[in-house]
Amino acid sequence: MANYYTDIPELKFHLNNPMMKRICELKERNYRDKDEFDYAPLDFEDAVDSYDKVLEITGEITGEIIAANAEGVDEEGPHCANGRVEYASGTKQNLDAMVKAGLNGMTMPRKFGGLNFPITPYTMCAEIVAAADAGFGNIWSLQDCIETLYEFGTSDQHSRFIPRVCQGETMSMDLTEPDAGSDLQSVMLKATYSEKDGCWLLNGVKRFITNGDADIHLVLARSEEGTRDGRGLSMFIYDKNEGGVNVRRIENKLGIHGSPTCELVYKNAKAELCGDRKLGLIKYVMALMNGARLGIAAQSVGLSQAAYNEGLAYAKDRKQFGKAIIEFPAVYDMLAIMKGKLDAGRALLYQTARYVDIYKALDDIARERKLTPEERQEQKKYAKLADSFTPLAKGMNSEYANQNAYDCIQIHGGSGFMMEYACQRIYRDARITSIYEGTTQLQTVAAIRYVTNGSYIATIREYEAIPCSPEMEPLMSRLKKMADKFEASTNAVKEAQDQELLDFVARRLMEMSATIIMCHLLIQDASKSSELFSKSTHVYLNYAEAEVEKHTNFIENLDKEDLAFYKK
Amino acid sequence: MSLKIVVLAKQVPDTRNVGKDAMKADGTINRAALPAIFNPEDLNALEQALRLKDAHPGSTVTILTMGPGRAADIIREGLFRGADNGYLLTDRAFAGADTLATSYALATAIRKIGDCDIIIGGRQAIDGDTAQVGPQVAEKLGLTQITYAEEILEVGKDKIKVKRHIDGGVETVEGPLPIVITVNGSAASCRPRNAKLVQKYKHAKTVTEKQQGNLDYTDLYDKRDYLNLAEWSVADVNGDLAQCGLSGSPTKVKAIQNIVFQAKESKTISGSDRDVEDLIVELLANHTIG
Repeated sequence: MANYYTDIPELKFHLNNPMMKRICELKERNYRDKDEFDYAPLDFEDAVDSYDKVLEITGEITGEIIAANAEGVDEEGPHCANGRVEYASGTKQNLDAMVKAGLNGMTMPRKFGGLNFPITPYTMCAEIVAAADAGFGNIWSLQDCIETLYEFGTSDQHSRFIPRVCQGETMSMDLTEPDAGSDLQSVMLKATYSEKDGCWLLNGVKRFITNGDADIHLVLARSEEGTRDGRGLSMFIYDKNEGGVNVRRIENKLGIHGSPTCELVYKNAKAELCGDRKLGLIKYVMALMNGARLGIAAQSVGLSQAAYNEGLAYAKDRKQFGKAIIEFPAVYDMLAIMKGKLDAGRALLYQTARYVDIYKALDDIARERKLTPEERQEQKKYAKLADSFTPLAKGMNSEYANQNAYDCIQIHGGSGFMMEYACQRIYRDARITSIYEGTTQLQTVAAIRYVTNGSYIATIREYEAIPCSPEMEPLMSRLKKMADKFEASTNAVKEAQDQELLDFVARRLMEMSATIIMCHLLIQDASKSSELFSKSTHVYLNYAEAEVEKHTNFIENLDKEDLAFYKK
Repeated sequence: MSLKIVVLAKQVPDTRNVGKDAMKADGTINRAALPAIFNPEDLNALEQALRLKDAHPGSTVTILTMGPGRAADIIREGLFRGADNGYLLTDRAFAGADTLATSYALATAIRKIGDCDIIIGGRQAIDGDTAQVGPQVAEKLGLTQITYAEEILEVGKDKIKVKRHIDGGVETVEGPLPIVITVNGSAASCRPRNAKLVQKYKHAKTVTEKQQGNLDYTDLYDKRDYLNLAEWSVADVNGDLAQCGLSGSPTKVKAIQNIVFQAKESKTISGSDRDVEDLIVELLANHTIG
């Protein structure tokens, strides 16, 4: 039987990253829970062993249940009747298994029934689940909305909602509306305070809401009458038990069929405020989105892995001209670059997750006591790194998932175009990753300021100082030259002092910084485990070097006046 | 109403994925080549037990297994899924047992546990495929048995209603408590290991395991008694040595044949009534069907 965790040794490698020691120490507050909870870790080794064992359970459920149901779920999909969503039968089985295994509310404190896991092992679970069924991955992973309720909700809200999520109730984040997609400032769903009911009432319509019939919703709504921008928006908690929200329809989508995408109608739906008024978009949704973006990055890596697995298996099996097609350079080139992007993207994903872990754990400690000046500095440093890495992780991995899914079908040839093989589902499922939770274009918008303010190049220069293995040294010197070119391109664009030009080449600058960062992470990983990462590092660096070359050439040769050729 | 439930479980070599080296030249199982697993139908039985526990708060589920020291894994696997405790019957004198000696050992252990309402196990183990142990345990304890169970429908005072698998369908039967039930593979699959329970019980060890391994957390076993897994020897269950292990096993293996099916043994059968009838007769005669 396939185990989606133990079959992929790269995951365990990332679980054993040295930063985990600090993460566990912070998350576990020096292991203080061990006397109060029989399942709390005794020390660092015990904590990592627990993550490992829980990942193994997730890998087993994924291999035996979720993967087996994936095709059926894709065909059956959810249904909408009487304003409610009925999941596909396989989805119900999947959810039931995950709940019974206690894999909900994974990151929440034990006092609420959670596992108190750091984001990193939780993100690994999300990757694993998505590799088998990306649609189900959404339903299960939306549990991380609870992070936002935990961060900004009151202690009364904590005790009412968090235990329910830990017991397996599902969540949704209701943001998008027909006229407010990427531009969430235009959200119009109306929130009015009712003195009579002693609560807020929500009225209006939301669209494209993933898992829209969830038990607990976080809703972005306009609480300040007469306002038109983001400052008039607040975040609300809607409990399905209260009633007032119906599902008008489920969208018919290209992929992720298992995940119900709903149009919701709010009619005097009772809701309660989460956090402060007017901070809905500018603070809470930003936090929510950062978590969700990491989730989509994990989903993308899962899909990349699935695409690689299918491509590899087919290429080994399929014989043409008297030999397996994997022996042809044209095919092994594709497979090698798929694996390179997969390993590079995964390295970026978990580096980001670790950064998030450290700053979030410190944030949480700060709610209990005053941080020391050193801790405050640490918190600031990792929060900045997490913010700058998240759009890269989401942007790059979602693009790589699509590229790998494309190449996977290409390896299958004509068979890949038929509906019989899993590659078609992976291809359809991957397509959304570069769109939702912020398109790649919006990830670029989020990332570009870290290009121009020098954050990325500073991180890259710090990475250059990390010693690598002798085997990796030649790659490191090539990588330093790539960074020089990236820096020169950045400076050239900045010197032009033209916002439109900067926006026009932003994607290229973002991609260059991301590929260079990923090369560094791979070199660091290959220095520790040549066996796992040496090949990918060589392959990916060759690829990245050509990419950087391509982008620098483009930017160098681009004249500001050329933009006219691009406009209609 | 709380129930005291004992689940009979066996650690078996995973014969479902047999490779070329699964058998040694002398015809015995090459255990090194086959991973040791929880017998699949015993997992179905465990699920039925756990469902009873869910439905009847206060009930306890105890895993009883016989085997070498490493069979303690079976108890841990049970604990990870929701069992409350377990006993490992382990003694050199238990070794080499056939179904008769196995059921004797299990029956003595069940007497020792005492006051059980339901004893439940898989229909059969995938390494022996006899389906004899459950029924023999029932006979030795003088209890009613329901075999091929698919689902326990309800448990009332002194009475249990069970849906059992029969040829071409199912039937629902009732029996008195206490009772022995064997569960068919068509019953519900066992729930997965639970994340909290795995973390709670992962350090659980038998005395022997504690002596063997380098213990990372020595003081833990005094503070958390549930981490000490019970091991029982023949003496612990007041067993009669003559009825245990090899000496208690009338089954004698005369010879083991390594059978390899070859394509050249195929034959062509026409669609005529005569040929079809001959084939049915042949398959019945060699017990392929029937």
